[in-house]
Amino acid sequence: MPRPAPRPALSGTRIRALRTARRLGQADLARMAGVSPSYLNLIEHNRRRASAPVLEAIARALQIPAEALDERAGDAQIQALRTAAARAQPGTEPEVDRADELVGRFPGWAALLAQLQTLAEAQERIIERLSDRMAHDPNLSASLHEIVSAVTSVQSTAAILAESEDLEPEWRALFHRNVHDDSVRLANAAEALVAFLDTSSEETGLAAPQEELESWLERQGFHVAAVEAGGDWAALIAGQAELASAAARSLAEDWLARAHEDARALPLGRLMPVLVRVFTAGAGFAPEELARHFGVGLAQLFRRLATLPPEPGIPRFGLAICDGSGTLTFRRPIEGFQLPRFGGACPLWPLYEALLRPDRPVRAPVEFAGRPPGRFIAHAVAGARDPLRFEPPFVWEASMLVTPASVAGGAAEGEAVRALGSSCRVCPREFCPGRREPSIVSG
Amino acid sequence: MSHDGAEASGGGGTASMAPLPGRRGVGRRVLVVEDEPNISEAIRFILRRDGWEVAIEATGTGALARIRAEVPDLVILDVMLPGASGFDILRALRGQPGTAPLPVILLTAKGSAQVREQAMAAGASMFIAKPFANAELLAAVRQLVGV
Repeated sequence: MPRPAPRPALSGTRIRALRTARRLGQADLARMAGVSPSYLNLIEHNRRRASAPVLEAIARALQIPAEALDERAGDAQIQALRTAAARAQPGTEPEVDRADELVGRFPGWAALLAQLQTLAEAQERIIERLSDRMAHDPNLSASLHEIVSAVTSVQSTAAILAESEDLEPEWRALFHRNVHDDSVRLANAAEALVAFLDTSSEETGLAAPQEELESWLERQGFHVAAVEAGGDWAALIAGQAELASAAARSLAEDWLARAHEDARALPLGRLMPVLVRVFTAGAGFAPEELARHFGVGLAQLFRRLATLPPEPGIPRFGLAICDGSGTLTFRRPIEGFQLPRFGGACPLWPLYEALLRPDRPVRAPVEFAGRPPGRFIAHAVAGARDPLRFEPPFVWEASMLVTPASVAGGAAEGEAVRALGSSCRVCPREFCPGRREPSIVSG
Repeated sequence: MSHDGAEASGGGGTASMAPLPGRRGVGRRVLVVEDEPNISEAIRFILRRDGWEVAIEATGTGALARIRAEVPDLVILDVMLPGASGFDILRALRGQPGTAPLPVILLTAKGSAQVREQAMAAGASMFIAKPFANAELLAAVRQLVGV
């Protein structure tokens, strides 16, 4: 039997599983939902897509919320299963085209697979980071060099002492002193090495410092109330579970100091009423006008908008900041705008266009790949991280604010919407000129 | 670092320096470029007992000028030096007709195959990983100068 394409995903499979679990006959459920048994049969076999009212009626009859039958509800899991399938060893051939059936009929097993997949990926990254650390850690390298130098000196000198019976007392004394000095040095270096390895095991190494900072901010909805009034950052940070490493705590202090500056330039008391007015008027969102009104730069406005406390009438903004190398240094995702957790982002982002032409802001309607695709207006700008600087090195930074198209005004007449993704690996767009590596989710 | 003839420390004893049978380095000069004073001290002792005249240079920046001015018979060159890398110095030596054939022993704290390859590519006559046995170093010096 040829499969219908596009496949009406998992609703039918789920309905069937739920119905049989309740020991209901197909005819019984059809009667309760007010549809014909043959129509229900088609739906259950995923050969007809049920309309929203029919789904609701079936959900009522099954005494479950209608969202539970939403076909998109399982999308994340299907995506995760496909990702897992991409890692299958030769000889194992997961039925990728039937992932939806698995999610529909065995949601628990599917969730477990997805979980294992995420776990495996996280562990791979830890291993990568640790081996990177072994190879390139400057402390480790310096420690080992110190030890090798001391051992070399001790070995050569001790051999001279042991093998030269006719050694003059002055030379003997000198070499004894050298051996003694170097053995002290060796002991110190070894102690330093042990201490270094000890602290690095304390700092779990489970997450990159930036990820620790982001998960800390995420828990607070990306708004840290203390930045409004200012305060003792070190005290605020101390004892926060997410900020496990010293590196993350130092990042957090820098972040808080900058956020405090942003808050002083754009105090909530003045900013929020203006924003409520802008978004309730529905006249379209123009950050340049806001920046002009408050006398601040765009990048500062973007950072502030993406870290506001939740307020009815004001949308949530996504934000990505990168440095001159294109590395994302700050990520604030929102629904539909997913940021890569590691590795490079989509090269087509207006963020990178802005980076190529500092001080010339970019505005672009964009569509991020996903189910359903998310429409946004992206505003991006790049500039010197410290504009009051004449001497190199010059450090560049680009910021991209992402506003849902529904509140930002959408594309203008005749304006092309740019098709973007999160990062190549998880982007389904075919024939993309910017693609770096094959996708694991397309097809 | 002082040159062999103008030694200020080390007891100044010469009795153990008296010519012995088989002192093959007599009349030959070695420059040791090494920033660890206790290592260069030991190397100097080992070689001097074999008759070699030994000078020591502790910086990477001064090494090239010293080599050109003093024209030693052999150079023992550490890789990790303040100011310049031993690899850079070696490449500069090989790039000049006057110093291109000079025997150079590269000393390094990293004995990996990769570093060894890098050393040979840069033009090292021989590669010795730290820590080394004194006899091994002496044999290498004798072999490269052909005594």
